[in-house]
Amino acid sequence: MLNININGMDVKVEKGSTILEAANKIGLKIPTLCHIPEIQKIGACRMCLVDIEGNPKLQASCTTPVVDGMIVKTNTKKVRDTRKFVLELILSDHPTACLTCERNTRCELQTLAAELGVDIVPFRGATSSRGKDNDTLQLNYDGSKCIYCKRCETMCNEVQTVGAIFSQKRGFDSEVGTPFNLPFKDSVCTGCGQCVLNCPVGALKDNENIDEVWDAIYNPDKITVIQVAPSVRVTLGEEFGLKPGSIVTGKIFAAMRRMGFDHIFDTDFAADLTIMEEGYEFINRVKNGGTLPMITSCSPGWVNFIETFFPDLLPNLSTCKSPQQMQGAMVKTYFAEKMKLDPKKIVSISVMPCTAKKGEAKRPEMGRDGYSDVDIAITTREFAKMIRQSEIDFLNLPDEGPDDPIGISTGAGLIFGASGGVMEAALRTALEVIEGHEIKNVDYVGVRGLKLDGFKEATVSTQIDGNPVDVKVAVASGLGNARKLMEKVQAGEADYHFIEIMACPGGCIGGGGQPIPTTTEIRKQRIEGIYKGDKDMPIRKSHENPAIQVLYKEFLGEPNGHKAHELLHTHYTQQKYYENLKK
Amino acid sequence: MACECGNCIDYSVLDRIVEESRGKEGILINVLHSVQEHYGALTPDIQKRISDGLNIPLSQVYGTVTFYHFFTMVPKGKYVIKICTGTACYVRGANKLVENFVDKLGIEVGQTTNDGLFSLETVRCVGACSLAPVVTINDVDIYKRVSPKEIDGIIAGYRQKEAE
Amino acid sequence: MSLYRMHILVCAGAGCITSGCKEVSEALKKALKENNLQNEIMVLETGCMGACELGPIAVIYPEGVFYKKLKPENMAEIVEEHVVKGRVVEKYLYKTPDEKIIKKINEIEFFKRQKKIVLRNCGFIDPTKIEEYIARDGYEACAKAFEMSKSEVIDIIKKSGLRGRGGGGFPAGVKWDFTSKSEGDQKYIVCNADEGDPGAFMDRSVLEGDPHLIIEGMMIAGYAVGANQGYVYCRAEYPLAIERLNLAIKQAEKYGLLGKNILGTDFSFNMDVRIGAGAFVCGEETALIESIEGKRGEPRPRPPYPAVKGLFNKPTVINNVETWANITYIIQHGWEHFRTIGTEKNPGTKVFALAGDITNAGLVEVPMGTSLREIVFDIGGGVLGGKKFKAAQTGGPSGGCIPAEHLDIKVDFDTLKTLGTMMGSGGLIVMSEDTCMVDLAKFFMQFCVDESCGKCVPCRIGTKRMYEILEKITSGRAEMEDLNRLRILASNIKEAALCGLGQTAPNPVLSTLRYFEDEYIEHIEKKKCKTKVCKALIKYEITEKCVGCGVCKRACPVNVISGERKEMHIIDQTACIKCGMCYDKCPFDAITVE
Repeated sequence: MLNININGMDVKVEKGSTILEAANKIGLKIPTLCHIPEIQKIGACRMCLVDIEGNPKLQASCTTPVVDGMIVKTNTKKVRDTRKFVLELILSDHPTACLTCERNTRCELQTLAAELGVDIVPFRGATSSRGKDNDTLQLNYDGSKCIYCKRCETMCNEVQTVGAIFSQKRGFDSEVGTPFNLPFKDSVCTGCGQCVLNCPVGALKDNENIDEVWDAIYNPDKITVIQVAPSVRVTLGEEFGLKPGSIVTGKIFAAMRRMGFDHIFDTDFAADLTIMEEGYEFINRVKNGGTLPMITSCSPGWVNFIETFFPDLLPNLSTCKSPQQMQGAMVKTYFAEKMKLDPKKIVSISVMPCTAKKGEAKRPEMGRDGYSDVDIAITTREFAKMIRQSEIDFLNLPDEGPDDPIGISTGAGLIFGASGGVMEAALRTALEVIEGHEIKNVDYVGVRGLKLDGFKEATVSTQIDGNPVDVKVAVASGLGNARKLMEKVQAGEADYHFIEIMACPGGCIGGGGQPIPTTTEIRKQRIEGIYKGDKDMPIRKSHENPAIQVLYKEFLGEPNGHKAHELLHTHYTQQKYYENLKK
Repeated sequence: MACECGNCIDYSVLDRIVEESRGKEGILINVLHSVQEHYGALTPDIQKRISDGLNIPLSQVYGTVTFYHFFTMVPKGKYVIKICTGTACYVRGANKLVENFVDKLGIEVGQTTNDGLFSLETVRCVGACSLAPVVTINDVDIYKRVSPKEIDGIIAGYRQKEAE
Repeated sequence: MSLYRMHILVCAGAGCITSGCKEVSEALKKALKENNLQNEIMVLETGCMGACELGPIAVIYPEGVFYKKLKPENMAEIVEEHVVKGRVVEKYLYKTPDEKIIKKINEIEFFKRQKKIVLRNCGFIDPTKIEEYIARDGYEACAKAFEMSKSEVIDIIKKSGLRGRGGGGFPAGVKWDFTSKSEGDQKYIVCNADEGDPGAFMDRSVLEGDPHLIIEGMMIAGYAVGANQGYVYCRAEYPLAIERLNLAIKQAEKYGLLGKNILGTDFSFNMDVRIGAGAFVCGEETALIESIEGKRGEPRPRPPYPAVKGLFNKPTVINNVETWANITYIIQHGWEHFRTIGTEKNPGTKVFALAGDITNAGLVEVPMGTSLREIVFDIGGGVLGGKKFKAAQTGGPSGGCIPAEHLDIKVDFDTLKTLGTMMGSGGLIVMSEDTCMVDLAKFFMQFCVDESCGKCVPCRIGTKRMYEILEKITSGRAEMEDLNRLRILASNIKEAALCGLGQTAPNPVLSTLRYFEDEYIEHIEKKKCKTKVCKALIKYEITEKCVGCGVCKRACPVNVISGERKEMHIIDQTACIKCGMCYDKCPFDAITVE
């Protein structure tokens, strides 16, 4: 342990800690812009400068390691003046039209300007000429707002290893962008949205679809059907000031009803359906010598990633559609039939933790007879915005439930929201199906939790057709970890049967469409919320969901049967990238 | 084998450079140098091929290419005129030379004449400060203590060489 | 091996190549052959001798007769007269400003006052031959070092007080010591040959003129700190230096001086050359490391220092060319001797690249602490064209100016710092009274804006804002408050920027503000540039002296001069681009500039 004195207070920290981390320990909030705890420490924005005794110049606290006996002052006049100066410089190359900015009142730059008391920007001059991109399904880019903190770059390259964007040019013209400034849609971008999640300002944001949703609600000829993804219930509260991980399921349904949606459902139901289909697919593959390891396919950022970077592994990908798409398919077939609705009049809307879901909904193979399973996917953030636009006092709403007949769900569906959840839910079902009897233990804790670097592994012993089998599973979240795992599979070094991959660190609770900020600590709290919710559910196995049982009986027939295949399964194609570049 | 259609570019040299460099730590800049030397420019297509060959994301290759002044994405003219704008040359009037070349060639610094003959560049010190101001052409022909009056003659010399 | 009666050394440094020394050398060899002397007289093409202004140069030994400004057609005469008949050809000899003829190289003031350590082989050996380096005691220092313990070697360098010649002057031995004590299975030695400082070319001269000196210096460090791989990061603008280095590495490998088990010891060392790609910031050590790693040259925060986490995150010693060039000398002659040269806190010599408005432009090596006056006037021959000395600029874009009142300062790392400038790599640009100091500051700030990597806010945006204010001042659009803004920007950028380059970027402005504030004020308040450099503030006018010859009219590139023949002409001030062509061309001095 090292001793450091900050502003007169003694702190003990572990070797390797930075001054910033030490300061956090005693409750100091040193301002930062380019810092992502545990992920990016580059000392570029110079907001976190502090005064170290014996050092002639101020030092960035985010990168400077603590040395034993160090004496640091974080709030001297010199420190404050210098930080303010740096901020003034940033503002001299930043539009000041805050009122009309997406991030108004939630912008890190704006907050700092207020905190440091910037009342005038004393320096004026040329502004950088970074571009714009509004032509991408998942996100929008407005370079004029970029402060070149590189957080997006680090997420895209270091964490996700997608490498769609990177620093370009140099000096005043520096920017983070796609190669040759191609539109995002022509790059290797998977739409995961981790860049959006980490943008401190409004340079990167959702490609918003709120207006389309309102149009559908206001259109008397349309029937609006909405669903909400598992993880949203533990994150949406943050938009209204609640602690991360607070469960607001009931308030979500109540809000939806007040906003005027005609039918309100829970994607958790479709998550249970996914488990039925995926569980049976897995059993079939194991029993009939299908391609193993089987890999989950419910994360659309991940599907884009494997289609782009590991096309040779596409046969390993489960053919199951994601819960969003399964729900959409059921709404426009089973539900429409049952309610005698014209599926063409239905506008199927989803509230997702995810920017990539917007792209998934638009995949041409996801629908039939000229209509899509899901018409509009909006993020948690967009949904929160809609609630605010609706004059709804969210925190004081009563708890309500979803509509019948596809409203019932289980703990298994809920845990889809966290990394490891799909695997755990699948095991709960698959092992009982394989063994043909109830298994008391439903908690597979080995696959739970946030693992930022690497992947989780577990082995479950079972019997298949009387033979003992050790089912080996692996779980990775974050595309960088996924890449490592896929390279292992490619190299033949992985003898897993089943792999769960989520594109975002921590799974959907850390999705690109979740409330900002989403930090490692917040991800952990949301995960806790998910498992708490699971524990409190009366039913915790998908195959025990009575609504699912009715669905198969009335409509689908057998899991993996003909109808199920037609409606609930899909196929994948290699995504070619950067073709036809200028010679 | 090079395609015979006449439009395709023969990438065999590029592929060989990449092949020899694969697996060497931090080799990207050296590869960019060699490839540019052979092909004249690092076009998007070429960068893509390097990116695939070295297994480095194209965005990073492009980011590196655009960071360094030495790399170019468009082919340069047959004669690359470089005006040294180091301090010694500045003190001895390099700015006037730049203005004059811009005027005489009708192009800005960083551009190439329409006939593809001349590219105009400024460089940060060629290390011949005692002979300032200095102009080099294709790094081979070096003109020392250049005065604006000589510029017409210099340009005319190369034009004549071409005419012959 | 045949013995030669005479050696003729032809300087083939960059300056002389530009002046045509290759042709001179060819003509010399041809003339010797014609006289059938090719086996009697040895012609050597050497590295830079330093007197670039006088090139092409030939020195004939054993007497050391110094011929200057030679042309190919002179060589037959020199061979016939000097070589055959033994008569020195006076007309090609060096003349002092008062027309005194000087015959021998060591009698010329320019050479006489120098003390050569770094450049001791430059100009004496053929850099393409390892045998010549060995003949001048090359690779003896490493043999000597290998007989000492590693800590002894480090101790000698520490005690020598050698300070890094790349800019800040950090003690080299301390760097070595840190690196040797850092844990790591792999360590690296790096030579910073990205001499980006405009106006400095000593590193180029050493690499081109004596490449083995660098290899040997790095090897010794490799032995001392436990590194077996060295990299030289050389800027792409120096193709000859790269070629010579690669050749020297091959030769050393052939001689077993690089590779495995050097000189029978268990020490192994390999070297590679990495080429820069035109980014000034890569002269900053952490940016250079990033660049060797094949990335964008963006500086890393320090700590951790390269000695702990450097190239590929391994402990790394990084020094610049001139620093490396001192190592063998110190090992051979001992630290005690080294400390007798220079000053107490700045032992050794320093190479300066004299350029700008100076008579004897070129490379000089003098003991640390030599006065600026001696360098500029005694060695450099004073200001070109007899003009008044205004200031000397050192440290390039990170440095500042030294005005005439400080001509007697002793030049070393610390003194320069107290004057608000710095040593930098040793570029010394002399400026005459015709230089506008505001424009000079703008020139450097433009440089910093162009070369900023963009990573940190103060440098990326701050230097741009400073440049914009300077642009306002030099174009007559500034107000006095801008001067205050400029100061605020300068002092804060110094404090807040991430790397050394950003932190020193405001220096040229601060320094000119310190010594020449009146010029700034004149620009702002009177909208006047007394040196007539700032175009927006000057006006060309045709006076009554005009005879209407029409020369100016024809010279004007934008056709804004009108007037009938034999009548007074007039310049349309609204369209004049102030290029000065008319002024230059007018045969009657009828055009004034105000």
